[in-house]
Amino acid sequence: MRALVVDDSRATRTILKRALTAQGFEVFEAGDGRQALEELAKTGPVDLALVDWNMPVMTGYELIREVRARKDMDAMAIMMVTTESEATQVQKALEAGANEYVMKPFTDAVLKEKLILLGLA
Amino acid sequence: MPVSAADVQFVRELLQRRAAIQVDETKEYLIEMRLEQLAREVGIASIPDLVRQARGQKTIETRIVEAMTTHETSFFRDLHPFNLLKKEVLPQLVAARQTTRSLTIWSAACSSGQEAYSLSMLILENFPDLARWPVRIIGTDISEQIVAKAREGKFRQLDVNRGLPATLLVKYFEKIGAEWQLKPIVRSLVDFRQMNLLDTWNMPRPDIVFMRNVLIYFDQITKKNILVKLRGLIPKDGALFLGAAETATTIDDKWDRFANENATYYRVRP
Ligand SMILES: C[S@@+](CC[C@H](N)C(=O)[O-])C[C@H]1O[C@@H](n2cnc3c(N)ncnc32)[C@H](O)[C@@H]1O
Repeated sequence: MRALVVDDSRATRTILKRALTAQGFEVFEAGDGRQALEELAKTGPVDLALVDWNMPVMTGYELIREVRARKDMDAMAIMMVTTESEATQVQKALEAGANEYVMKPFTDAVLKEKLILLGLA
Repeated sequence: MPVSAADVQFVRELLQRRAAIQVDETKEYLIEMRLEQLAREVGIASIPDLVRQARGQKTIETRIVEAMTTHETSFFRDLHPFNLLKKEVLPQLVAARQTTRSLTIWSAACSSGQEAYSLSMLILENFPDLARWPVRIIGTDISEQIVAKAREGKFRQLDVNRGLPATLLVKYFEKIGAEWQLKPIVRSLVDFRQMNLLDTWNMPRPDIVFMRNVLIYFDQITKKNILVKLRGLIPKDGALFLGAAETATTIDDKWDRFANENATYYRVRP
C-alpha cells in the first residue's frame, strides 16, 4: 500500500512516515498542497493521504477539495492531521471529503486506530 | 525514593485482597511510581508515610488500589467486536426480544466510559428503533473515581482522537473549552455505578456483556468464579465479549465460542 504525507513541517512528516512505514506503507512526501498534487501526478492515486491543514502555497483544505473534484482519486482515503481542533473545522473537512480526522498532538496508537477505522490496518 | 520490601508486600496483598489483582514482585518500579504520585496528590510527604496511614485508613487503601489499577481504554477498542455486535449479535437479539422489547447491555470494568458510550453511539447509529425500547447500558467499575469521571461524559482531545470515527465526534460531541462533552442523547442510554466484580452483583440480567481486559488481572480461580457467576445471570441467547487476548473456554468450559468479523463472542452452552 502507498501513502502520501503532506505537511510543511519536516519533523511531522518524519514522524508520520516512520509510523506508516511500520504499518507496511510505501510513503511519499510533500511540503504543501501544490507539491502534493505534483507528487500525485507522478505516483498516480495512492491508498491514503495524510494532510495537514495550514500550509503555505496551498492549504490541506484546498488540496482535499481539488482531489475530491476529480474522478480518478475517488478510492483514495484522506485523513486530515492538524492542530485545528474546533468541531466546526472537523465538520468542514468531512464535508470537503476527508474520511478521517486527527487532532495534533497524536500518538502512534491514535494513528493505528484510525487506520483500522479506514480498513487500512 | 525507593520502596521497602515490606511496603511492596503490603501493596501486593492489598490489591489481591480488595480487587483480586495480581502484581508480581518485579513490578516494584510501578508500585514506586504510582505511590509517589499518589503521595503528592494527597499531600503526604513520603511513600512510607502513605503506607503507614493506609494500614489504618480505608480511604487511603482505596486510593492505593485505584492508583495501582490500569484504566487504559479507548472508544471502539479493537473495533472488530463492535462490528460483530452490529452485524450479528444485535440483529439476532432484537429479533428474539420483539415481545419483551427491552435490552440490557453491561460494560463490566468500564473504566472512564468509552466502551459504554461506544455501545450507545452504535445503537443510535444503527438501530434507531431500539432507542424507543427500554435499552439500558450499564457501566460498572471498582474505582469510584473513574466511575464519576465516566458519568461526566467529558473527554480530552487525546481520548476523542482514539478509535472514534470523526463523523461520530461531530455528531455526538460538543466542544466545551478544551474538552469534548457527549450529548445528552448518548448519555441517556447509559448508567454508571461502582461495583467490585468480586462482590455480590447487584445487576439486572444482561443480554450482552462486554467484560474486556479485566479478567487478565485476576488469578485463575477468580476468573473462573466470575465466569460461573456470569453463567447464572446471562440468558441462553445472551452474548459475552472478552478482551482480544482473553478466552472464556480455557477458564470455564461451559461456554460455546462464536467467531466472525475477526472477533469472538461466547454463549452459555445449552
Ligand atoms: C484496562 S481497563 C479496561 C477497560 C475496558 N473494559 C476496555 O477494555 O477498554 C480495566 C478496568 O478494570 C477495573 N477493575 C479492576 N479490578 C476490578 C474489579 N475487581 N472489579 C471491577 N472492576 C475492576 C479497573 O478499575 C479498570 O478501570
